[in-house]
Amino acid sequence: MSAILTQDSVTAGSPAVNMAIFGLFVAVTLVIVIRASRYTKTATDYYAAGRAFTGRQNGIAIAGDYLSAASFLGITGAIALVGYDGFLYSIGFLVAWLVALLLVAELLRNTGKFTMADVLSFRMRQRPVRTAAAIATLAVSFFYLLAQMAGAGGLVALLLGVRSSLGQSITIAVVGVLMITYVLVGGMKGTTWVQIIKAVLLISGAALMTIWVLSIYGLSLSEVLGAAVDNSPAGEALLEPGLQYGQSTLSKIDFISLAMALVLGTAGLPHVLMRFYTVPTSKEARRSVVWAITLIGLFYLFSLVLGFGAAALVGPERILGAPGKGNSAAPLLAYELGGTLLLGFISAVAFATILAVVAGLTITASASFAHDIYNNVIKRGGVDADAEVRVARVTAVVIGVVSIVGGILAKDQNIAFLVALAFAVAASANLPTILYTLFWRRFNTRGTVWSIYGGLISAVVLIVFSPVVSGKPVNPDTGRSASMLQGVDFSWFPLDNPGLISIPLGFFFGWLGTVTSRELDTSKWAQLEVRSLTGAGAEKEVVH
Amino acid sequence: MSTLDERPPGSISAAAYERAQQSAEFQDLRKRYRGFSFPMTVAFLSWYAVFVALSVFAPDFMATPVFGNINVGLLIGLGQFVSTALITWLYVRHSNRRLDPLAAEIRERMEAEA
Repeated sequence: MSAILTQDSVTAGSPAVNMAIFGLFVAVTLVIVIRASRYTKTATDYYAAGRAFTGRQNGIAIAGDYLSAASFLGITGAIALVGYDGFLYSIGFLVAWLVALLLVAELLRNTGKFTMADVLSFRMRQRPVRTAAAIATLAVSFFYLLAQMAGAGGLVALLLGVRSSLGQSITIAVVGVLMITYVLVGGMKGTTWVQIIKAVLLISGAALMTIWVLSIYGLSLSEVLGAAVDNSPAGEALLEPGLQYGQSTLSKIDFISLAMALVLGTAGLPHVLMRFYTVPTSKEARRSVVWAITLIGLFYLFSLVLGFGAAALVGPERILGAPGKGNSAAPLLAYELGGTLLLGFISAVAFATILAVVAGLTITASASFAHDIYNNVIKRGGVDADAEVRVARVTAVVIGVVSIVGGILAKDQNIAFLVALAFAVAASANLPTILYTLFWRRFNTRGTVWSIYGGLISAVVLIVFSPVVSGKPVNPDTGRSASMLQGVDFSWFPLDNPGLISIPLGFFFGWLGTVTSRELDTSKWAQLEVRSLTGAGAEKEVVH
Repeated sequence: MSTLDERPPGSISAAAYERAQQSAEFQDLRKRYRGFSFPMTVAFLSWYAVFVALSVFAPDFMATPVFGNINVGLLIGLGQFVSTALITWLYVRHSNRRLDPLAAEIRERMEAEA
């Protein structure tokens, strides 16, 4: 089947269905968000949903927050096209949750209040640490947000047949306005419900398609793999490592660098950390992670079947011929299996995914600005809670508008690169600081500030001077370089992913800053350690 | 609504935290927590590193067929899912049995004294 036919079959007849199902999702979630708003009165309600979600609810919401369009569409597409190497990618995203489970979630819940900076500044001087932590939070959230918004543009081309630049920009704006509405009206409670509904839809949709694919091949994974091999120009190599990352020693080291950022970045993503404040106790935070690991693990197992199923039933040629290339593998598979209706459902889920993730990012970024920078740094903690939440709401609108504009400008950029950058910064700047804060008695203000800025700056600088930004060879077919900037080359760092260097640097600067400063507050350390492990004095649930 | 940093009445004093930190119960809790979490973190990170290293540097080994179209690489990859589930289960069991009762005892005593 030709690529042109494929494009017609994706868009013909279905955009109206796709939009209708998505419209239904928006309508239902808006009603729920408005209901949630009735109980959003205090700062704890707005930032942390009154700490009243159960571990299971929060775990489902975490899965909804974490399984972004990049993992849903991106990983299925990667497995369809490069097989094993795509699968390799998803494993890093899953194993990473053990860092959160064993070392971070419960201790953070016991120690903090609303933001990551609450924990990092607990036993340090407030202003420098909160400023640094808020900058790292805003940087990670912004890169992640931009990736999601830019992804929305590509998704409409694929699913709604909107190919004009103006049409795509309007869609990004609509997504942005909806996201602002959810966050303003529903706060954390509304955002959480949007994420829960989306996670249920996404995982049940993926489960349905997985069973469907397996039943076509006699419930045998081996048969699915065989059919994928038969249908792929790569042949047997599809099931072996190396199609994506195996070309050269450099690309192998690059993958190791990426793997480090994936496995260490998750437990440093501020929007994930903030979710742990929405439950009443550290035990519920633990349950949240257990639910999240279960659902995320299941989902990546599904994506293994879906990816190879797409290779077998749709074929790499049609996937590469469709708008959005690899990202179209899951929607094309849905169309192949269940026609217009299933495609419509999966498309709506993809939009819901973007909406749920950007809402979570927006509330995190706005909380960090209002709580850390505005109240604690600029006003030195002298602002009452209501005024702080007002500032957070205004900030959410500003962040929404900035991300709409950024998303429109970035809509032709490589989305995977933006997500990888977010993970690299989280792993380099946030995780070393969190671990030192929780476990190293000697750690102090200078160490905190140095590890955050050291990790953040080295990750960003290495990316700027990497081949991702400039200097990749020009593809003779398209006349374009795979780099972000065309026609210039100022790259000197050979890897696409900075983690291999920037994560150790984050840890190193944290150590160096600490040992060069005499500051040590043993009383605050006692408070942090006892509180983090026992929950004595931890923030309580709000009872309405 | 009052200011954000207000402490509720009956909050725990700094001295109480310092006393608790020095107590034998807390030292025991810390040992039990770290004694499980730290080695387990090293273990799962090493196991993941082995998987990544084999995939990157020993693709031929990973391509060895085991049965049908299932090869060693895929099995080790699925093994990462199994080990993640197993470690999660072990940690929850360890917390329920060895950490939660002790943590609750320390917390309740401190909150009662405050």
